[in-house]
Amino acid sequence: MQVETPILAVDGVSLRFGGVRALTDVSFVVRPGEIFSIIGPNGAGKTSMVNCISGRYRPTEGRISFDGADITRLGPNRRAGLGIGRTFQNLALFGHMTVLDNIMVGRHHLLKSGVLRGMLYWLGGAQREELAHRREVEEIIDFLEIQPVRKAIAGTLPYGLRKRVELARAVALKPKLILLDEPMAGMNLEEKEDMARFITDLNAEWGMTVLMIEHDMGVVMDISHRVMVLDFGRRIAEGTPEAVLAHPEVRRAYLGEPLDAPEAEPVVA
Amino acid sequence: MTALTPCGDWRASYAADTTIFPTRNSRIALLVGLALLCCAPLVFGRYELSLLINIGFLGIAALGLNILVGFTGQISIGHAAFFGLGAFVSAYLHERYHVPVLLCIPIAGLVTAVIGLVFGAPAARLKGLYLAIATLAAQFILEDFFARAQWFTGGVAGRMTESPVLFGLAFDRDESYFYLTLAYVVVMFLGAANLMRSRDGRALVAVRDHYLSAEMMGINLAYYRTLSFGIASLYAGIGGALYAHYLLFVSVEAFNILFSIQFLGMVIIGGLGSVMGSLMGAAFMVMLPEVTQWGADLLAGSAIDRALKLGASISFLREMVVGAAIILFLIFEPDGLARRWRLIKAYWKLYPYSH
Repeated sequence: MQVETPILAVDGVSLRFGGVRALTDVSFVVRPGEIFSIIGPNGAGKTSMVNCISGRYRPTEGRISFDGADITRLGPNRRAGLGIGRTFQNLALFGHMTVLDNIMVGRHHLLKSGVLRGMLYWLGGAQREELAHRREVEEIIDFLEIQPVRKAIAGTLPYGLRKRVELARAVALKPKLILLDEPMAGMNLEEKEDMARFITDLNAEWGMTVLMIEHDMGVVMDISHRVMVLDFGRRIAEGTPEAVLAHPEVRRAYLGEPLDAPEAEPVVA
Repeated sequence: MTALTPCGDWRASYAADTTIFPTRNSRIALLVGLALLCCAPLVFGRYELSLLINIGFLGIAALGLNILVGFTGQISIGHAAFFGLGAFVSAYLHERYHVPVLLCIPIAGLVTAVIGLVFGAPAARLKGLYLAIATLAAQFILEDFFARAQWFTGGVAGRMTESPVLFGLAFDRDESYFYLTLAYVVVMFLGAANLMRSRDGRALVAVRDHYLSAEMMGINLAYYRTLSFGIASLYAGIGGALYAHYLLFVSVEAFNILFSIQFLGMVIIGGLGSVMGSLMGAAFMVMLPEVTQWGADLLAGSAIDRALKLGASISFLREMVVGAAIILFLIFEPDGLARRWRLIKAYWKLYPYSH
């Protein structure tokens, strides 16, 4: 991959909660058009990192820039407008809304009608706008194969579908960079395969850069272009999946210190 | 619960799929209902009409509170103060600046909305109990202001005002004022229903359901939390103005905290997060005292009355029943009359067996 201006540049980010160091001096770049995965043991700071990028946390030190602009101190809602979408590790759908409304909320920053035009609906052009965006949202619904549940209340759906609706909502933002926090957690093999297909399609056909946290090594190694490994809030390795797998520190973090029998073919899908 | 739609009711366009009333029958029922309401002054006497008018302006104000409490998930125990503010602003504008009353009503709504935005500003930061206390402050500040600002409210004497006039036609009788209220109810309820199916309405509900992810979706929490106070106050102001020009007299004592609690009662009984529920809740609150009064009259002097020695305290039955109704609804039907109504409709749609 040739060197381009990065879509996301994280520079020396540290995050402390009181005495706890969640992240220590983490730097990395995400290039446009790639699938970049963050892996690491539990509590390594992966979600904290994503929260810093999406704006839920302010890093104690360091700088985050998106598309060349410094976003370190920008509120989360402004970042969505710039083109950062995300999903959550623990489902965060709007439970009482229909699936359709959930996804339409993703269009928020693309819609223009305020209160007055919303109330007048037919007169101020709000209806025209709604229907135009509905058309695009339906494309996302088709893509993620959730047509049968579009009118269902999101909170009543089974887990796998909710994950998919959450992805649909993030995609509806038309993000340049989409942050996926454990998109496959708790899924069965078939659901994982679907999700992997969605992610690669989003990357290849919809042109989204993907930053993903995932524990399923098989998926990570299969679909990522580059992988970063965090351990205790520090970056211990970064590179292609093969290079990262071979990295001794990664092996140590995941498998513990090697004893006498070192070659036990460690990370298996 | 998704709406039950009959078999074969296919929507061929997105416009047909986003209507407020989903089926043809529901639209017909709406039009027939409106037509029947338009005939009400021909059938009903002044007493029944005055009840309907009360339901109308209280329903508008309750809808405002429902947008704040039911749709945005916040709390306000100062709604009656904004209702009163709307009443006074409208009466004041008419008397001091001789603005036509019909114009005063929407202006009063807008002025109240602006004041509501100011008092709603703490909502940008506070949640739950703290916000409740902040709105309680709004209630007392405004109440105190009403009592002291003699130039504005007429002080203890209250303020007299006049009926609306349109092209020499005065809305000074129940029969004519009913149509004015009905028009406002239709416009304000349509406005709320429209709001809820467009961008900002969805944003309000998103803030209620999951504010963290709402923020990640690009929704400015502080803005929408404050905005919902503005919208609630707009509705309260218009409801209050309609009240003022109906009673023709606004007293400073009317808008106390008990009245605010009554609004909360309407919203809870009607159904949190339901547009039509607000109207049902208002109707329930208006009718309940009438029914208990009727019951009390029936009891008065009877054997039960004498046995229990109710005597003069029988009139307190009204207050007790209102309180009991709120408690019973909270326990047995927390989603209010709106849900009950949906269940009844579903029952008849599925009767005798479901497809």
